[in-house]
Amino acid sequence: MQMNQRPKSFLRLCLGLLLFGLTLPVLADPQAEFESALELLSERSYDTKSEAVRKIVASGHKKARAVLNAMLEGDLYTRKKEKDLVIAVKEGSQYRITAVVTGEDVGLVKKRSLKKVSINNQLRGQLRGALALLNLDNPDAGERLVAVNELLDSIDAESAALLRDGLEKESDPDVREAMELGIALGEVTSKDPAIRLQAIAVLDGSMHPAAFNRLTTLVEQEDDSDVRKAAQAAINSIDLKRQMSGVAETLFFGLSLGSVLVLAAIGLAITFGVMGVINMAHGELIMLGAYTTYLLQVVMPEYPGVALLLSIPVAFLVSGGVGVLIERGVIRFLYGRPLETLLATFGISLILQQFVRVVISPQNVPVSNPSWMSGSIEISSVLSLTWNRIYIIVFSLMVFAALFMILKKTALGLQVRAVAQNRAMARAMGVRSERVDALTFGLGSGIAGIAGVALSQLTNVGPNLGQSYIIDSFMVVVFGGVGNLWGTLVAGMTLGVANKIMEPWAGAVLAKILVLVFIILFIQKRPRGLFPQKGRAAEG
Amino acid sequence: MLKSALKQSLIGGMLAAGMVFSTTASAEETIKVGILHSLSGTMAISETTLKDTMLMLIEEQNEKGGLLGKKLEPVVVDPASNWPLFAEKARELIEKEKVSAVFGCWTSVSRKSVLPVFEELDSILFYPVQYEGEESSKNVFYTGAAPNQQAIPAVDYLMNEIGVERWVLAGTDYVYPRTTNKILEAYLKAKGVATEDIMINYTPFGHSDWQSIVADIKKFGATGKKTAVVSTINGDANVPFYKELGNQGVSAEDIPVVAFSVGEEELSGIDTKPLVGHLAAWNYFMSVDAEANDSFIESWHEFTKDEERVSNDPMEAHYIGFNMWVKAVEKAGTTDPAAVQDALIGVAVPNLTGGYSAMMPNHHITKPVLIGEIQEDGQFDVVWETSGLVAGDAWSDFLEGSKDIIADWRAPLSCGNYNVKTAKCSGQNLE
Repeated sequence: MQMNQRPKSFLRLCLGLLLFGLTLPVLADPQAEFESALELLSERSYDTKSEAVRKIVASGHKKARAVLNAMLEGDLYTRKKEKDLVIAVKEGSQYRITAVVTGEDVGLVKKRSLKKVSINNQLRGQLRGALALLNLDNPDAGERLVAVNELLDSIDAESAALLRDGLEKESDPDVREAMELGIALGEVTSKDPAIRLQAIAVLDGSMHPAAFNRLTTLVEQEDDSDVRKAAQAAINSIDLKRQMSGVAETLFFGLSLGSVLVLAAIGLAITFGVMGVINMAHGELIMLGAYTTYLLQVVMPEYPGVALLLSIPVAFLVSGGVGVLIERGVIRFLYGRPLETLLATFGISLILQQFVRVVISPQNVPVSNPSWMSGSIEISSVLSLTWNRIYIIVFSLMVFAALFMILKKTALGLQVRAVAQNRAMARAMGVRSERVDALTFGLGSGIAGIAGVALSQLTNVGPNLGQSYIIDSFMVVVFGGVGNLWGTLVAGMTLGVANKIMEPWAGAVLAKILVLVFIILFIQKRPRGLFPQKGRAAEG
Repeated sequence: MLKSALKQSLIGGMLAAGMVFSTTASAEETIKVGILHSLSGTMAISETTLKDTMLMLIEEQNEKGGLLGKKLEPVVVDPASNWPLFAEKARELIEKEKVSAVFGCWTSVSRKSVLPVFEELDSILFYPVQYEGEESSKNVFYTGAAPNQQAIPAVDYLMNEIGVERWVLAGTDYVYPRTTNKILEAYLKAKGVATEDIMINYTPFGHSDWQSIVADIKKFGATGKKTAVVSTINGDANVPFYKELGNQGVSAEDIPVVAFSVGEEELSGIDTKPLVGHLAAWNYFMSVDAEANDSFIESWHEFTKDEERVSNDPMEAHYIGFNMWVKAVEKAGTTDPAAVQDALIGVAVPNLTGGYSAMMPNHHITKPVLIGEIQEDGQFDVVWETSGLVAGDAWSDFLEGSKDIIADWRAPLSCGNYNVKTAKCSGQNLE
């Protein structure tokens, strides 16, 4: 409670100062105020630091923005010996520091001689609020928009007045819209019913959560029946829009979960689906792909994005190579004996897991997301799609298309299909079936490696990564119909969407169980899956 | 015929000689200490570190001259994250290896699995991990946090210092989160939080697709009231959870997440940028400014020959537990488990946060509670701590049925499950 009020009253204070700052008597020399406030920042107590931030804003010093920004970004340090504040930027293994008060470049120092000015969540919020106020007249429209949005959550009469002033000078349409929304949010509590009605008209259709919340409280407290009716209508229309974007959101979540399933399963669709090998080590081939990404990022720490792109072909080669070794070394002796294949590949999966545990580490390893894969694209205030998921959906479709082309349009694909359909006949036609077996298994394994690259961006990279996907992969392939790539795609997407539709009301645990029960029942009815093999191939 | 008989007797003699040799060597000169932590399988990620910690503590004790004039000898077994195997390995340690005490287990289910073995053979287990409480065994000493030493103070902090009014209790679907959330729910309701302001959510182990849950949390938190997530999500699943929070634009200032299973070790495996500002509640952080802590970290780095290795809360628990055991053995003058069990109660040893921890009659210990914010370097910055030590409460005061139960292993009560209303002692106790 206390904390909630503090930033608000603080906001009022700064607003007051900004509005009437010129008329206020100057209490002391701003430079001295500013410097004394800076000294407080080196204190350990967060309350003292918060006080210091307040004083820095109040001093109106021209360096205030730079200091607060550096503090928020974590670039503000105290020098241990000199006990003064510096802004430090990393340069190689050292830090280039600039003195805050004098602004001069002091040179390069080791991190050990610096102590960070640490901040906590309350301070972070306070800093953002303070910067928002300072940024309302920032020349950059993007910064202004951020500032206005920062203010929207806690609009009151004063900040509304400030926004009204800003609106007169504002030319950018996005910022104008946000400002108008802010003003309306403030006017909803006006004493004049006509103004309230006007404000409701502006809020109508806005997807900002603050608009919905204000309208809900308004309906509960409103005496004027016209206003109440208008507010209720506005709530209803916002609600409808929210539900629609909820549907779109669920669909997106489902497709993205589905594309992960497709990625994990598509390699198995080759090794299990086309070749009929029950490969329990499939998950570990995925894991190897993820570790390849990690190792490449270790080799080139400065370019995580390049390392990620590069790891797609490298992971294909690594996992594919291991796949060929497994096929040549173990599986080829076990064709036609599914139970023994199952046990042998399960053993291989344990060996690979322990290998990673011993050679690299039993701990999970960090794989960083390049900046273009972080964050989200905002469709509206309640609907935003995360970039990493968008990339994964596109990527899985690309992998699918590439694999499809390989199987349908290349000589290797032709031979693979020929051997799968009728081995004896294919051999009679001069196909070297053993070589084709090894290459097919390598292809499926390589695709698993590529899936690992994608999964490294979503989940933990550790020795257990593969185990979490092996069951799902088999589920997708069996549901889709063994030996059918389209089946894998459709099955993966269907299961993903079904899972996400059920999750909100059944919970994540039950949703998973229900999907499994559904598949078991489905297989009872159609043992060959969604898209069964037709014709002669089905008999093989 | 003769030849083979000769061969047999020869081998027999050699074996017998070998056995005599090994028993004399081990029984007369060393005290054996069992280490029961998974070194392979899913739990290896967390438990391997604890095995190393124990080896280091034993080595240090030996350098100081051992115990009762004898050297300590660690016996390491690998229960491979397999719960029934934990019980087998515990039996092997106690019956075959004749260890004087065992340090081990991580998950509650592994502890429950070895519990009957320790009670049957009347040995001693030191359990170093925070857990859900509702247990007190004669043979187990709980050096991790009980719910009132972690979860309840964390909620108090959020409620009183941050002003949180709406609560999301998110956890992995197994016994620790379910019991903890039951306690927290009862506690919140007792504090006047309405049912519609509490959202409870469970996910499977290793859950990696957090999109819809994070979207739900975001909606739940968009009503204008300050919202926080209390997370009992198990170690591994946290990374994708935090990543999704970051990607969907939920920052720690809007909706802070306080976690009970995320420590330095877990953070060392991930990119901490999106996590900055989120909270964790523990009884120890590596960043704690205390002399004991500095020298502990120094010897840890020396022992592992790795300057980057982090220390964490369960390691501190083993540090406390091991020193308590050493002190109790010295006090009792013997390693006999029954004598040591009695001697342990009341023993106080320094902890790593600059104070002392004492073993309570209910086999739990006193600890300070710290709340830390995650920093960019994967360390925690302590933002709040309890003013004094908190004594571990085996039976929660906020659950129906466990309110009236106390544990006290001192004579004449000697009971881990004593109902003060009915004056009856039931379950989990031996005569």
